[in-house]
Amino acid sequence: MSRATLLILGLGAALLAACAAAGLIGEVPLSLAQYAEAIRHPASAPGEILWTIRAPRTAAAVLVGAALGLSGAVMQGLLRNPLADPAVLGVSAFSGLGAAVALALGLAASAGAVEGAALAGALAAGATLSVLAARLREPEALILLGVAISAVGGALTALVFNLSPSPVATAEVLSWLMGSVANRSWSDLAWALAPMVVGAGFCAYAARGLTALTLGEETAATLGLPMTRLRAAAVAGAALLTGASVALAGIIGFVGLAAPHLVRAGSGAEPGRILAPSALAGALLVVLADLIGRLIPSETELKLGVLTALFGAPLFALIAWRAWRSWRA
Amino acid sequence: MTSRLELRDAAVARGGRMVLQGVSLEVQAGELVGIVGPNGAGKTTLVRAALGLQALERGRALLGGEEVRRLSPAELARRAAYLPQERRLAWNVTALRAASLGAMTQPQAVADRLALEALGKVGLAHLAGRGVFDMSGGERARVLLARLLAGRAPLLLADELTAGLDPDAQLMALALMRAEAKAGAAVVLTLHDLGAAARACDRLVVLRGGQIVADGPPHQALSATVLGEVFGLEGQLIETPAGLVLAARRKGEAA
Repeated sequence: MSRATLLILGLGAALLAACAAAGLIGEVPLSLAQYAEAIRHPASAPGEILWTIRAPRTAAAVLVGAALGLSGAVMQGLLRNPLADPAVLGVSAFSGLGAAVALALGLAASAGAVEGAALAGALAAGATLSVLAARLREPEALILLGVAISAVGGALTALVFNLSPSPVATAEVLSWLMGSVANRSWSDLAWALAPMVVGAGFCAYAARGLTALTLGEETAATLGLPMTRLRAAAVAGAALLTGASVALAGIIGFVGLAAPHLVRAGSGAEPGRILAPSALAGALLVVLADLIGRLIPSETELKLGVLTALFGAPLFALIAWRAWRSWRA
Repeated sequence: MTSRLELRDAAVARGGRMVLQGVSLEVQAGELVGIVGPNGAGKTTLVRAALGLQALERGRALLGGEEVRRLSPAELARRAAYLPQERRLAWNVTALRAASLGAMTQPQAVADRLALEALGKVGLAHLAGRGVFDMSGGERARVLLARLLAGRAPLLLADELTAGLDPDAQLMALALMRAEAKAGAAVVLTLHDLGAAARACDRLVVLRGGQIVADGPPHQALSATVLGEVFGLEGQLIETPAGLVLAARRKGEAA
């Protein structure tokens, strides 16, 4: 069995274990008999806890983590940059803006409005980028454009705060932006799943193109692959995944950055081949972060985005430090 | 016979300036052609234009008799392989994987076999499993050379083939290109070292200011006049037992 297959199996097993732990641990401790009852009678009280609180929460963590890990791997491959992540092109910022607008308009109560607005924001930014990515061959140009889109998204979100008539709406937006997978329903998940599946499909299609980009844009253009189309598919796929994950759980940083790095050592660095392991690693990271958040005793819920950033930022610094040393070499 | 590469009255403009104009060039199977010229003469632009990576302002670029801009990516890869000047690899893939990208349109097993063969040609078969970041700059350059050869394209274009290579690796690279030409490939190299270009190539094309000013066998293309007017050198090519040697000094410099 190859090392890459072993890595996928290992990550899959670790993810299953983490999901099982996430199902067993919660605010209300359940006895073995209660778990048995929950499985036999989903409508019972323990059944409610297991199937309508813990299971969807864990499933949301898996989906969000996998989406972010996959889109991070795609962005790093596309931009040939180990410091790239789903946020780098401004898709997260616009997704957050969409949600902020919906919340400020008081649409929090209408089902799917905030999620739909977040996804719409991501798609608007993603569509713009896909069109431009087909033309802009140099990754630097795309990164600079992403920085600009990000800044506009951030500024417009700040403007929403600024103009928002009630502090309640502002608090809602802030809390939402910090990211969480708590209290997600199965229908929330179903809404996010569709764009994620489409996005993952685009990414799988682009995989060979990402591998070709290892040799640089000029060479990749002569290796026999339809690079223009593959580049656009990569951006569209990453945007769909990021947008759907922001719609489902708010902004969760550093998972997309870290997941590809965690698997590169085990699966080889070939961009097209780290996609599946990166998705698994991302899912594992988010399930674990959410679990840690639940285990740390605190008055208010520790937000997932806060935790991933808290653990992710030092990792980012470490990666940046090592990258800097390799550039100097 | 259809030319493997053909430019007809090709012109390229960049930033409102003509960087290539009136360039007509044909390269046949089995030919080893060196493109030489001072910095900024348009050597890289010529190669990129031939591959369709650079849009033409005027004229035509054909590969194997077909208009290059009408070729699908797969057809382009079947007709030509290109080694650009930029040699940075983004990720630490193994030498085998890097070389096999040159045969990407083939099934993985075939690509790997071709890559291993090409790594053998550049003398790196024993390092096939090593990561490219764990190699010296010279070894990495040879991996990329193997990548160029792996696809077995009928036309090879290498920009600054010998840049960054040790003297013996330069000779190896040039000898490899000679062997490919002998085996029937058309080979186009841009080179900085006039002496090496004169020794290695059957034919030299001299560019200045985006125009071809000489095209022919080395001693003819690099005549004393061309050396003086294009390169600012005073001297000539001398036939020696080791091949052609450039004996020249900068114009006006004391002997």
